[in-house]
Amino acid sequence: MFRLLRFLKDYKKESVLAPFFKLTEAVFELIVPLVVAAIIDNGIYAGDRQYILKMCGVLAVFAALGLVCAVSAQYFAAKAAVGFAAKVRHSLFAHIGKLSYSQLDETGASTLITRLTGDVNQVQSGVNLTFRLVLRSPIVVFGAVIMAFTVDPSTALVFAVAVPLLAVVVFAIMLVTIPLYRKVQQKLDAVLGKTRENLLGTRVIRAFCKEEDEISDFTGKNRVLTDMQLAVGKISAFMNPATFVIINAAIAVLIYVGAIRVGSGNMSGGDVVAQYNYMSQILIELIKLASLIISITKAIASGNRIQAVLDTKPEMTGGTVTEGDTRSEYAAEFENTSLSYGTGENALDGISLKIKRGSTIGIIGSTGSGKSSLIGLLPRFYDVTGGRVLVDGEDVRNYDLKALRGKIGVVSQKKALFKGSVRDNIRFAKPDATDEEIWQALETAQAKQMVLDKTGGLDFMLEQDGKNLSGGQRQRMTIARALVRKPEILILDDAASALDYATGAALNRALKNTDFSPTVITVSQRVSAIRNADVIAVLDEGRIAGTGTHEQLLESCEVYREICESQLERTVG
Amino acid sequence: MKNRTVLKRVIAAIGRFKILLAVSLLLSALSVVMTLYIPVLAGNAVDGLSAAGGVDFAAVKKALIGILVCAAAGGVLQWLMNIINNRIAYNTVRDIRNSAFKNLQRLPVAFSDSHPYGDIVSRVIADAEQFADGLILGFSQLFTGVVTIVVTLVFMLTISPVIALAVVVLTPLSLFTARFIANSSYNMFKKQSETRGEQTAYINEMIQNQKTVQAFSREGQTVSDFDEINERLRRYSLKAIFFSSLTNPVTRFINNIIYAVVGLIGGIFAVMNMITVGGFVSFLAYSNQYTKPFNEISGVVTELQNALACAARIFELTDEPPEVSDDGAVELENPRGDVTFNNVAFSYDKSRTLIKDFSFFAGSGKKIAVVGPTGCGKTTLINLLLRFYDVDDGSIEVDGNDIRSITRRSLRKNFGMVLQDTWIKNATVRENIAFGKADATDEEIIAAAKAARAHGFIKRLKNGYDTVLDDDDGLSEGERQLLCIARVMLLKPPMLILDEATSSIDTRTEIKVQDAFTRLMEGRTSFVVAHRLSTIRDADCILVIKDGRVEESGTHDELLKADGFYAKLYNSQFAR
Repeated sequence: MFRLLRFLKDYKKESVLAPFFKLTEAVFELIVPLVVAAIIDNGIYAGDRQYILKMCGVLAVFAALGLVCAVSAQYFAAKAAVGFAAKVRHSLFAHIGKLSYSQLDETGASTLITRLTGDVNQVQSGVNLTFRLVLRSPIVVFGAVIMAFTVDPSTALVFAVAVPLLAVVVFAIMLVTIPLYRKVQQKLDAVLGKTRENLLGTRVIRAFCKEEDEISDFTGKNRVLTDMQLAVGKISAFMNPATFVIINAAIAVLIYVGAIRVGSGNMSGGDVVAQYNYMSQILIELIKLASLIISITKAIASGNRIQAVLDTKPEMTGGTVTEGDTRSEYAAEFENTSLSYGTGENALDGISLKIKRGSTIGIIGSTGSGKSSLIGLLPRFYDVTGGRVLVDGEDVRNYDLKALRGKIGVVSQKKALFKGSVRDNIRFAKPDATDEEIWQALETAQAKQMVLDKTGGLDFMLEQDGKNLSGGQRQRMTIARALVRKPEILILDDAASALDYATGAALNRALKNTDFSPTVITVSQRVSAIRNADVIAVLDEGRIAGTGTHEQLLESCEVYREICESQLERTVG
Repeated sequence: MKNRTVLKRVIAAIGRFKILLAVSLLLSALSVVMTLYIPVLAGNAVDGLSAAGGVDFAAVKKALIGILVCAAAGGVLQWLMNIINNRIAYNTVRDIRNSAFKNLQRLPVAFSDSHPYGDIVSRVIADAEQFADGLILGFSQLFTGVVTIVVTLVFMLTISPVIALAVVVLTPLSLFTARFIANSSYNMFKKQSETRGEQTAYINEMIQNQKTVQAFSREGQTVSDFDEINERLRRYSLKAIFFSSLTNPVTRFINNIIYAVVGLIGGIFAVMNMITVGGFVSFLAYSNQYTKPFNEISGVVTELQNALACAARIFELTDEPPEVSDDGAVELENPRGDVTFNNVAFSYDKSRTLIKDFSFFAGSGKKIAVVGPTGCGKTTLINLLLRFYDVDDGSIEVDGNDIRSITRRSLRKNFGMVLQDTWIKNATVRENIAFGKADATDEEIIAAAKAARAHGFIKRLKNGYDTVLDDDDGLSEGERQLLCIARVMLLKPPMLILDEATSSIDTRTEIKVQDAFTRLMEGRTSFVVAHRLSTIRDADCILVIKDGRVEESGTHDELLKADGFYAKLYNSQFAR
């Protein structure tokens, strides 16, 4: 958390001024009981009305000065805290852009989103409150104690006992409740998880007639939450009454000791009142301090979560090469490539494969055979853990990342689209694409008619995630997006799965007739999607089980034959 | 929903705790009196100090003992009140949450189809939480605040009506300024939360699609788009936070001025012997205490308005009308499995017809395949068969009974369903398989898993059948589907609905699952929705759906012979 404070460096002035003004305000407040004591001793007891008027004027001036100080302090604190939060948010967002695919996989999108939103807000209010209270509250408490000693040391001894006692009570309660509140949060998360799960499974739950069980499950989790809340509530409900009792007991002792000293002529009545007022100030300040500490604990926890993301070093640093040998025979080569995600077995093991420029390659294999991992190595979504990968004869690790990824168009299984027009979505891949280029890409992707049918054509607005399109339509949009940059290598990762056969076949024909003739790598578990490829690579448990044309593989590769039989015997045979 | 209606509903919900509520109010009144009596006693003690002829120890002692008693009693009363308030608030929220969830189980499926999950979840969780906080604050501060004001006023009047009047006249000043500041910062807060919402949406979209962003090297552009929103948010936040944080200093200033005025009048009165010094001291203490609840109340009112808004959002959920009731419907017992569609018409969007005049008979034990291009509405049939939606016109019959005259429960019990989107509960593998039959024995569960070809991978899991499954359990989509299949395998219902159940299982596993399915489907009326034509060639009847209408129907061979849409689809699959 504390390393996050570096983001305050542009707000040094504010960070100093805010607590300073708060401090000044507190000093004015601390003088007030002395003024009141003077009013009683010099004004009332002496019967000096002029003096009373003068001193009340002083009180009013203090109030005005206090206001000026407080407003300045609030302004500087808000400015520093908000600016700080904006900077944290910016660096966090930019940092996430640099994380590699495996780091993103590890952290998960939902975590990153909460850190960027909820956690940053928490830190912002923590910083703001700290500026405002962290100096003020202790200063008022200790200041009140010190002032009490200057007024009359022997009655002030009561403070020396009461204040530590209060501190012990307040902190003990907080020490006990903070971890319990964390548990309450966990129980709340369980209720939330249950609700979410239930909504996602509405159809299944109803089909299996499990509504009543779901209700009793929810009621149970909800009851656990309520019980926990009540249990913690019981302890924290103790805080205010306890401080109330201690302070008032201290006041009683204070006045009693004061009475003895007044009786022996060592203290004035006004001074006793001053001590009484200081005690009251301490009570108010302690309550504020307790809420500050809760808020700071939350902010620190949030800050640590943010720092943890910032601490993940981006694994991927690009090289400097922007262009390889575009006349080399092979568009891409895998040389004895291995990949491990760091857990257990290798996802890829000793893969060697050369992909000729302008050819079509099919990669087939069952779920988990390493197909997606293999093609993820080309745009360096993942880095090899053994061997190397070449694009245009150059090791991908030597390329500038942007240049490398500019050569490759990827259509992934996840049909990621953005809120915005069709044009914006296609231009995502090439910001300066003309309408003509966009239409061309849409046509090749078999999406032209679909876009023409939408009101507004290229201006048709997609909802978030392209929700207002069907699965197949979304898929065709992502294909068009990859095509608009006219990539040297086009990767279709199971991209035809949401397309019906007629559309899929038309797409394959159109790809053959493009003017930039890309090298097309099609990944699928369907023989029909890849059987016409120039070369088919069969993957099995992270290794290549065979390469060749459909006919060659039928002859030579048993895994391939098995796959074919499983799919074709019941359709053609 | 109108504020007043919501308030009535909230009161009705709390009404269950009438006795607790009355006790809480009584405790709070008593504790306030105790708290406020202390300054009077302290004043008496001070008077004892300055009594003519030295300190009157007896009077001081009496006052001090009074303070101790009041403090102790006040503390205990406060504590009890806090506990009771917690109990009322948390239990009320628990009840509201339960009834919202209960209603969710009774709502038509159309409701969850048409509302974003995030929104419903945030109503059940965040809004309910906020409502609880508002209730607690309302109870503990609103009522005590009001009582404090009244009691203080009474005490002040007994000491000196004139000074009391001065305080009463001046306090509204602080109220008005607080109100003024709240109103003018409201706009800033609105802008802040709008911008925050905009930023959250942007973050959601970009982070969720971060891989796509990187694949197209758009990191730089997204950061600058983000910064634009971020800068706007910074400016609005600064204004909102600064303006709203003025409330405290400004009201404190006004209170300090009141304090000074009370000091002036009180001091002069004391000199004139119209009040005692102790009375003066009590007065100063009161002028502080009297103004405080006003500020708190204005804060609490905002908080309560917020809580009411949250309550309204939850009530919307509990008020949503449930499905047409099952009353008078009969139980469907051991059906043969004849399914008839009689001139069925249906559409989600009533302005656009989807299915019209659709008639079809599926005899007991037949295998019916539903095919068609992407997004043609194949899953609609499932929605209708299981009564997730009811037909607009015509009827669907099982064994000659209109399914609307059968209880949903018994109808659904007789159907086995595997959906395209697998749904796995956060529970053990065993519980997931036994989802439809809680009393299944281990042998039955394992047999079902074996039949679904899931036994092998389950055994390889860390804790086998006792492994707890959740979002990141590392199961592949294919394995999840096998579990869903095992779920149905366990039940062996007379009718089956399979929605592209095998779309993400690799083909070699699929072959095994298909065998199991074939066995399961034997003698059972089955509806299979599939993309791949390979899986349905042996169907007794194939329904070809296009644009929501049945384009053609018949066996594979008949349809090929007819050379229509099906033939085109089929041939495209193997086109060179």
